[in-house]
This record gives sequence, structure tokens and C-alpha cells, in this order.
Amino acid sequence: MKEITKKKQRDTFLGRLKANKELLLLSTPGAIWFFLFAYLPLFGILVAFKKYRITGDGFFYNLFTSETVGYENFKFLFSSGDAWIIVRNTVLYNAVFVVLGVAIPVVLALLLNEIKNKGMMKIYQSSMFLPYFLSWVVVSYCVFAFLNPEKGYFNAIIQQFGGNPVSWYAEKSYWPFIIIFMSQWKGMGYNTVVYLASICGIDNTYYEAAVLDGAAKWQQIKYITLPLLKPVITILLIMAVGGIFKADFGLFFQLPRDSGPLYPVTNVLDTYIFRALKTNGEIGMSSAAALFQSTVGFILIMIANKIVSKVDNENALF
Amino acid sequence: MAKKNKETIGYNQIKSSTNIVFNIILGLLSLVCIIPFLFVIIISITDEQSLAMNGYWFIPEKLSLYAYQYIMNAGESIIRSYGVTILVTVLGTIIGLLLTGTYAYALSRKSYAYRKFFTKVITIPMLFSGGMIANYLIVTQVLMLKDTIWALILPICMNSFNVIVLRTFFKTSIPDAVVESAKIDGASEWRLFFQIVVPMALPGLATIGLFLTLGYWNDWFNAMMYIDDSKLMPLQYMLIRIESSIDFLASNKSMMGVDGVEAAANLPKETIKMAIVVISTLPIIFAYPFFQRYFVNGLTVGAVKE
Repeated sequence: MKEITKKKQRDTFLGRLKANKELLLLSTPGAIWFFLFAYLPLFGILVAFKKYRITGDGFFYNLFTSETVGYENFKFLFSSGDAWIIVRNTVLYNAVFVVLGVAIPVVLALLLNEIKNKGMMKIYQSSMFLPYFLSWVVVSYCVFAFLNPEKGYFNAIIQQFGGNPVSWYAEKSYWPFIIIFMSQWKGMGYNTVVYLASICGIDNTYYEAAVLDGAAKWQQIKYITLPLLKPVITILLIMAVGGIFKADFGLFFQLPRDSGPLYPVTNVLDTYIFRALKTNGEIGMSSAAALFQSTVGFILIMIANKIVSKVDNENALF
Repeated sequence: MAKKNKETIGYNQIKSSTNIVFNIILGLLSLVCIIPFLFVIIISITDEQSLAMNGYWFIPEKLSLYAYQYIMNAGESIIRSYGVTILVTVLGTIIGLLLTGTYAYALSRKSYAYRKFFTKVITIPMLFSGGMIANYLIVTQVLMLKDTIWALILPICMNSFNVIVLRTFFKTSIPDAVVESAKIDGASEWRLFFQIVVPMALPGLATIGLFLTLGYWNDWFNAMMYIDDSKLMPLQYMLIRIESSIDFLASNKSMMGVDGVEAAANLPKETIKMAIVVISTLPIIFAYPFFQRYFVNGLTVGAVKE
């Protein structure tokens, strides 16, 4: 009897496998990619607890033979005064980006939606979307045209008015502003398009009813448009909050042209990890920083999702 | 009649004065967004000597296409980099589309018994990742891709977001009835996918294809991580390297003696750098109408939750 049920189970398992054979085959190449490029690196996390040395014997050999040092790498990371500056920079910049990244595009989408000439609307939208398509390397050259200390537009204008030229890439006080400005410059078109698409998707009868009831334009925005945008705003907000520990590498590395004097205001977790790896070869410490970043990021996205699901279950991510 | 028509146009619209203010705000912002790149173009066609004397200026004193001629004639490494970028973009987009398409198609099929499992497989990496160092170690020491063209292609050919967008697209654009009738007619899943689903879902595939194309064309990060061989440098990375080698030479001029100074003098100058920026961006500008149309498409689909 037992034998039979067991056989039956195997049959159903095998039967299921057989029935799904073709789809399974179709999803295998993608699954292999995820295994190699997303799951295998999870073993790399262990490096954070090791005194890792690169030898010719391959990663796993190195991993298991190198000395385990526990939290040594983390202690080293946080005892260097850098860690807090870097975390501070990362979080503060991203906090500003989260707020502006919602406020500016929503306002722009509302403006675009209201203007009368729809042809102009397309032109504005296309122009503002353009920077999104340029790489940070190209953007850094565009900015360099303005900030080049000897030939740049800004210094030319300053000198025209009798001022002293500024050596932009050595003067850190301007950079928080430049970085925030450029991040919005590059990203606002993208988010505006997302919001505009959702605004256009709103059923027109809401507005018709509101007009019949004598609602003014701003009342319609306040009571119809914004509440209906809430799901999209929420999703983008969770993603942004979850990513608050992840810096846009290009923005902080390419834009300031990796200039040393600017590090106090441009060094963030990602650039720190990169430099520790590529310049100093400190694998242990940089992987400790990377693990710290991933873990806090994971916790943040879980918390953000939890809060959203408590407040408004429909808009939670998972 | 005419009057009535006018009224319907004016119905629930903002006042003309408000409209003008909105147009001014949006117009200024639009200018701010496109002017920096226009200036780069202007610099690239300015005469090198007038540039050296006067600095950059909004209207070039003397036009010159020398920078572009130089690239065409002597820019062997630049043209080679262009080739690398094109190769990586084409190969990457094809491989990425195949992997993403097949995976997303399987997930979109309700009858697929392992759908839940394979959905988990793509959800977990969105929440937690190994990070930069772990990726670096795996790519260089396990997969042995350092200084190969594959290091530029494989790490970014797939991601969870693209799979989700495409899965949603398959789900919404391909009626179950079509799939079922094809199954009844005895079509295999392969045939179903390549002969029925792919032609029907072309706009969705185009969207993902353009996401991938843009990602590959603009990628410099993977090159910075994995490529030391100058023969495999894509354009974007070459732009970074040009800059740092010039900066290095400029800051060490005094220490290097005659040879170094000479080398520095022969390096590409301002206009050539800006010309490379322009030629590396032109394809995107030309393809911009497509990009815009399909990106908006993809973004709206991506915002839909299952």
C-alpha cells in the first residue's frame, strides 16, 4: 500500500515535470543566468568575514582556505572615520533625491497636463526626457563645458563681470548643490513621463462631474488627480526609500571627475567600495562595506513595504 | 456652431495668463535640459586655436571640422572602440532579448506549474544582492570573464525588472484563447513562443530591446570593472580614460621631461574629446523618437502590478 502511494507521488511529480517540460526548458537559460549572476555572488558575501587573498586557485578555494576573521573587517571599516561621512553623504543626498524626485516630476506632470497646446507639450516632454538617455560620462563632459576652470562658460561669465575665476573641481562647497541639481536634471524627465502617463489614464468623467459641481482647477488637482496618483507615487517612493543606501555611482564618480579635494562631499558608499577595491585592493573591508550596504538596503525596503501595507494594503509591493 | 466649438475647447481649461506662465516655466526647463549637449556640439566644431585663445564660447568665432576629420583619419583606437560598443550592444541586446523573452513567456503562462518558484527566483535579487565586490569576485575568479568581451555583455543582459515588464506585457497583450487554440492544434511551446507570441508581442519586445540597447550603449561601469585591455575598450570607457591620462600628464608635466611633454602635446585636445562625446551620442539622438515612444510604453506597463 505504502509502495503504491509512493509510486503514485513519483508519478505525479514526474508527470508534472513531463507536462511542463517545454516551459521548463524555456525558462532554464534565464534561470541559469540568475544563478550565475545573482545567486552565486551571494557566496561572495562570506568574503566580508574573511581575510581574503587572491591566488591562482580560484574563488572557492580562496574562500575556504583564507583565514576567518569574524567582524574584524567591519570593525576596521567603522573605526576609520570615513565610514560615517560616507554613510551620511549617501543617506542625506538620497533623502533629498527622494523628496525632489517625487515633488518636481509631479508638479511638472501637472503643468504639462494643463497647458493648452498639446504640440508644445510633446516638445517639452521630449526635451526634458533627453538627459535620461545620456550616460553619466557624456553628462560629465557637458558639465565640464561649464565648469572647466580655464575655458568653461561659468568662469568666462564670471570674468566678464569682473569676478575671480573659480576652480570648480577643487572647491567642495559648490558640489552638494551641483550634485543635487544634476541628479534632478538627468532624472526628472523619466519620472515626469511616468506620472504624466498615469494622469492621462485618469477617467475623464471624474473631472466632468467635478466641473458640474463647480470645482476649481486646483480643487480638481487636490481631490482627484493627486489621490489617484497615490498608487504610483507610493510604489516609486518605496523603491526610492529601499534604495536610500544605494548611490548612483555615475553621479558621484563621473560628474566630479573623481576629484580628490571633493571627496568629503562626493564620497558615498558605492564610490568608497569601488575605490577600496580598485585603488587599494582592500577586498575584505570593501566587501564588509558592500554587505553593510546590502543588508541595510534590504531592511529598509522591508520596513517601507510593511508600513505601506499597514497604511494601504493595495499599494504594497509584495 | 463655431462658437459652440470654441466653448468646448475652452471647457475646464486654465486661464490664458496661467497658460503663458506654465509655458514659460516648461520652456525654460526644456532649454536647460538640451542646452548643455548643444554646447558640447558647438565646442566640437570650434576651431582649436580660437578655443585655446578665447576659451569656450556660445557662438564659435571660427568653425572647424578638424576634430571630426582627425577622428576619421587618425582615430584608429576611437573607431575600434566604436566597433566594440556596436558589437557589445548588438550581441547583448540579442542575448538579453532571448533570455528575458523566454523566461518572461514561461512566467506568463498560467498553466506553468513552476511559475511560483521561478517568480521567486527573480524577486529575491531585487531585495538583496551580493554587491559590487561579490559580483567582481564571481565574474573575475569563477566565471573567468576578465578582459573578455563577455564581461561587457553577460553581467547586464538580464534583470528582474525587464522580466516583470515583459511578463506583464505578454499577459495583457496575448489572449489565452490564442494560446489554447494553438495548443489544441498541437503546437509545441517553442513554436508557440517563436511563431505566435513573438510576432504578437513585438511592441513589448521592442521596449525591452531598447532598454537593453541603451544600457549597453551607455555602459562604462562594466568596462571600468573588468576591462584592462585597450583593444576591448568601449567608447564610453575610452572617454573616461582619455580624460584621466590627460589629467595625469598635465599634473606631472614637470616630472616627466621632454618625452612626456611631447606625448601630452600629441594627445587629443578639447575639440576632439568633445567630438568623441558627440559621435558617441549621435546614434541615441537619431533613434530618439523610437526610444521615447517605446520607453513610455514600457514605463507604463512596468508600473502595473500583478
